Amino acid sequence: MSVLASPRDAMPRRAGSPRGIRHGEALAGWLFTLPVLLILGVFLLVPVLMALWVSFSDWSGRGSPLSSGVGFVGLDNYAAVTTGGGLAERDFGIAMRNNAWYVLLVVPLQTGLALFLAVLVNRAVLRGRGVFRTAFYFPSVTSSVAITVLWLFLFSTSGVVNAILARVGIAGPNWFNDPSGVLHNLLGALGVRSGPEALTQHGFLGVSWWDWLAGPSVAMSAFVVMAIFTTSGTFMLLFIAGLQNIGPDIDEAAMMDGANAWQRFWRITLPQLRPTLFTVLTLGLIGCWQVFDQIYTGTQGGPGKTTLTPAYLSYRSAFLSQDWGQGAAIAFILFVIIVLLTILQRWILRERPDVRRRPRRGPRKLTGGNGPGVVEAGAGGPAGGPASEPSAKEDAR
Amino acid sequence: MNRTARRLPRRTLAWQVALYGLLILLALVYVYPFLVQLATSLKTEADAAADPVSLVPNPLTWAAYGRLFLRSDFPVWFANSAVVTVLVTTGRVFFDSLAGYALARLRFRGRGVVYAALVAVMAVPTVVLLIPKFLVINQLGIYDSYAGMVLPLLVDAAGVFIMKNFFESIPASVEEQARIDGAGTFRIFWSVVLPMARPALVTIVILSFQGSWNELSHFIVAAQSPELTTLTKGVASLASGQLSQGSQYPIKLAAAAIMTIPVAVVFFVFQRRIMNTSEGAVKE
Repeated sequence: MSVLASPRDAMPRRAGSPRGIRHGEALAGWLFTLPVLLILGVFLLVPVLMALWVSFSDWSGRGSPLSSGVGFVGLDNYAAVTTGGGLAERDFGIAMRNNAWYVLLVVPLQTGLALFLAVLVNRAVLRGRGVFRTAFYFPSVTSSVAITVLWLFLFSTSGVVNAILARVGIAGPNWFNDPSGVLHNLLGALGVRSGPEALTQHGFLGVSWWDWLAGPSVAMSAFVVMAIFTTSGTFMLLFIAGLQNIGPDIDEAAMMDGANAWQRFWRITLPQLRPTLFTVLTLGLIGCWQVFDQIYTGTQGGPGKTTLTPAYLSYRSAFLSQDWGQGAAIAFILFVIIVLLTILQRWILRERPDVRRRPRRGPRKLTGGNGPGVVEAGAGGPAGGPASEPSAKEDAR
Repeated sequence: MNRTARRLPRRTLAWQVALYGLLILLALVYVYPFLVQLATSLKTEADAAADPVSLVPNPLTWAAYGRLFLRSDFPVWFANSAVVTVLVTTGRVFFDSLAGYALARLRFRGRGVVYAALVAVMAVPTVVLLIPKFLVINQLGIYDSYAGMVLPLLVDAAGVFIMKNFFESIPASVEEQARIDGAGTFRIFWSVVLPMARPALVTIVILSFQGSWNELSHFIVAAQSPELTTLTKGVASLASGQLSQGSQYPIKLAAAAIMTIPVAVVFFVFQRRIMNTSEGAVKE
């Protein structure tokens, strides 16, 4: 949420010459910010630089990475995971595949659900709002470890989800032990069991195109549901805040003009929510590429590596396989992906000039012939009061 | 605003009923998993496997909790999490507000650079820092110690921003008065400004508490010995079955439930403020 605290508002420059009474200010300024600078410098800036070096080195995890025995290997580590042709490349490809599907499903679904919840909660009368907001937001404050443990139970073979599915006559899968891809399963149901040669013979990052198109595994799907469950509440709060910043007058004017709730949502509300939508999509995208806790707690990448993610692979390569250079290289590739996607998204959403975004204030243009109420609303005044009366009378008749 | 149900026509009333029906249904879907968690933690293992959907333990047993607290490392994990959370929260409240105040109020050369650096820092994804953090913690010789677990978490850029924004929103006149009376900068900060900043400080407390209590990845790379295991790490190891043979769901879910309680308490106590953080931490 704090990311919202916009960096845009620049430092307020105070006019006037420094008074004598403020003489110690410069020193105090540095002293006050020193702890933050020191800790962030030592545990954030230095580490990043050090890891950057490790990603270009052959450090094996013994001794200091800065000692003389450690050699510079150039882009070898990056090459090993992207073009090496070996297991490292294949693992990285699989992890990218898994995470790409995860992002593709989670980001739109969590954004859509969060918006849906926000609109519903915002429609409720004030007292109900608090209760529902609490219910939807609560999963977001609990630890990802606790939720994962709960999920392992809910989606276990004889767990709650399968028990509920069984009641409606569906034999649920063995969720967290099922490595089969969802799309492959769908195709399999249609009788397609192996891909065309064009897809199976060629590939990217050591994974054939056919396998890229496998879809998320059944195990990963359970994590997708979990991500939507835990994050929709947070984003719902952002959307509610956005909705409350929108004045009711345009919406009411459109209502007077006979636009139904569906049209009003798409044409009036959603365009005004654009800034919030951008924030939610960006935060969702950044978060989705960092899946780690759930995998560490739940599946450690299994079954069949189908829940492996780049973040977890980076950890595993370094801490478990002692391939520190490759682990660091994966981390930096991930970093670049996240930064690029953020920039891309910013660019896409800013594509249209601001002028067109400005809500049209002329309900007259939308439709005509609804009586004097239209003019009132069009004037942009507090249309709620006088304008809503005629319609209420009309309905009462 | 004027959406009270009283004066609405019948068609709208039907919509209202549908709206509340849908909201209640969705709320149940969101709450039900936590009820399952509580109920299962009080079940026997056989009951948990036989009837996972039921919210009524039959028979009801506290065995899982007894096992956790009396015959496992769980109390150690809990204590470690508590210690780390208290230290981190205290540190963040103090250092974040100190730096936030400097960035909002004090004029010094380099303030713009500091601000820009903080913005840049916030953009670095935490997962990327796993290996780097370990390298530095190891290099500094504080691996596998409380220092390594606490120090790197002691400040956060986001908290500095919240405090900075808050301090910019309050009038400077009170400080000017104190300054004319001869109070030093730290004195003004400590006894004049900080007491006024309570709403923002509460926000920092909530975010830090939640953040450090739920933190997992940092503790994975900062320590390894069993005495320094936190709840998140311990419960994660439980999940992969290190304590027990078989599924042992009641024990795992009891651990998860206990782990959720402190955050839930903070959540319900400060609920209104948490909900409002997205609208800005500013209260006049």
